Amino acid sequence: MLLIHCPYCDETLPEVEFTYAGQAHVVRPADPSSTSDSEWEAFLFLRENPKGAHYERWRHLHGCGRFFNAVRDTVSDRFLTTYAAGAPRPDLSDLIERAK
Amino acid sequence: MTHFSAFSLLKNALTGNRNWTEQWPDPEPKAEYDVIIVGAGGHGLGAAYYLAREHGITNVAVLDKGWLGGGNTGRNTTIIRSNYLYDESARLYDHAVDLWEGLSQELNYNVMFSRRGVLMLAHTVHDVQSFKRHIHANRLNGVDNRWLTPKECKAYCPPLSISPDARYPVLGGALQERAGTARHDAVAWGYARGAAKRGVDIIQNCAVTAIRRHPDGSLAGVETTRGFIKAKKVGVSAAGHTSVVMQTADVRLPLESFPLQALVSEPVKPVFPCVVMSNAVHAYISQSDKGELVIGSGTDQYTSYSQRGGLPLIEHTVAAITEIFPIFNRMRMLRKWGGIVDVTPDRSAIISKTPVGGLYVNCGWGTGGFKATPGAAHTFAWTIAKDEPHPINAPFTMERFRTGRLIDEAAAAAVAH
Ligand SMILES: Cc1cc2nc3c(=O)[nH]c(=O)nc-3n(C[C@H](O)[C@H](O)[C@H](O)COP(=O)(O)OP(=O)(O)OC[C@H]3O[C@@H](n4cnc5c(N)ncnc54)[C@H](O)[C@@H]3O)c2cc1C
Ligand SMILES: [Zn+2]
Repeated sequence: MLLIHCPYCDETLPEVEFTYAGQAHVVRPADPSSTSDSEWEAFLFLRENPKGAHYERWRHLHGCGRFFNAVRDTVSDRFLTTYAAGAPRPDLSDLIERAK
Repeated sequence: MTHFSAFSLLKNALTGNRNWTEQWPDPEPKAEYDVIIVGAGGHGLGAAYYLAREHGITNVAVLDKGWLGGGNTGRNTTIIRSNYLYDESARLYDHAVDLWEGLSQELNYNVMFSRRGVLMLAHTVHDVQSFKRHIHANRLNGVDNRWLTPKECKAYCPPLSISPDARYPVLGGALQERAGTARHDAVAWGYARGAAKRGVDIIQNCAVTAIRRHPDGSLAGVETTRGFIKAKKVGVSAAGHTSVVMQTADVRLPLESFPLQALVSEPVKPVFPCVVMSNAVHAYISQSDKGELVIGSGTDQYTSYSQRGGLPLIEHTVAAITEIFPIFNRMRMLRKWGGIVDVTPDRSAIISKTPVGGLYVNCGWGTGGFKATPGAAHTFAWTIAKDEPHPINAPFTMERFRTGRLIDEAAAAAVAH
């Protein structure tokens, strides 16, 4: 069972309280009508799927109900950090250094 | 290589089984191949077999980072069926079922294909309507699938509870009688043996670390943990690791890798005659010939390469199974495991050329590619040999996510095994 820290409730809680919501920081095209098919494909369907650190969204469904972001290592499933939606992307090398 | 027959079994039994020869050699990689297949799962080994057998291409190597069949091929719950909704899927999966039927004879290796029937349970009005729609679509495509009332479901699968006050009431079911199971390892071993016999090198413990391209972008070969190997063509069939491998060639695919878990019980006497699936509660069950109940679940919610998965999902699956089959209430479970499945947005596979000439990909089989093994391997080999898709896999391109011509089994089934 994953233990996940909700940045709003400031509590570390079991996975079953949360739902996963896919890759984080995916930005919707600003001007849909001038967006090409390839750009739509990238926005709708292409995801990073890395073996390693992954920026992703979670929702504290059975708690505060809010979305937040996380960085998780997809090999160990260990969370490197969680942070509020809208906050900037944390720097990966700092996170990895801190996790050591 | 030994040909298996009643005579060879008897002869070896009488001589204490000491004289069996190896099933396939363990060669060193050569400097160059006409075709390299990345991934020695059933799909990759099968592709090598059909390249040699149907297209006369025998200077082929299949490379695997671990041991052959150690990926999802050796981890799956072996459900084989072809009652998918769309015409494209029906053709592809039915092609596979046709090949399954003659596979043991063809490979001289018993893959234990057993048409024991797959029953999909409907628990809600929505299930009933969507299954009936599937049944009609299947009928138009010549794929067998029929509706059973709750009583008929119970007669077909006696351990099932059809009590009206059950937590997941059974409102009926869709039965494909031609569907069933096969022995997963035997499929990998049988194809490996058949390919090796025709000259294919099967190289285990040889991870592909990168696909190398010339400065002009054309394909050079593959970097591996055992050195660089030159190749005219490369076919990637690496299931959950496909995006990792393809990224080294700068090809992005619409894939996400999730853990999918399964578990088995202690072995018991034959009690379960068929396969039962319940998409609504994400649980699948059959009984192996060894006697274990084989139980599968849905994917974990988060992407991962951990080949483990979380316990909450197992708890959910087992809870659902014991609600639907109260008889298994006190059955003890022996072990559980996970595999990493590569899921596409429309839940249909990709068997396709790529923007890199000579580089091909077979992936996106997600939670349900075992059943397709012979069909995927056969059409993938064709695509590699002729540099164009077989009519059956022509719709399963990677471009469909740009053109919008999705094969949307995701909307049709939500989950698919
Ligand atoms: C628990 C579970 C239950 C399932 N149940 C069913 C079911 O009931 N019915 C069904 O039809 N399907 C089912 N599936 C899906 C099915 O197992 C797969 O779709 C199918 O087996 C894929 O076969 P494959 O040969 O493509 O992949 P795999 O057997 O996974 O082969 C891919 C191979 O690539 C190798 N590889 C990866 N990266 C590299 C690299 N860099 N270099 C070299 N080699 C590499 C791996 O080691 C692996 O051996 C299930 C899957 C799981 C995990
Ligand atoms: Zn919260």
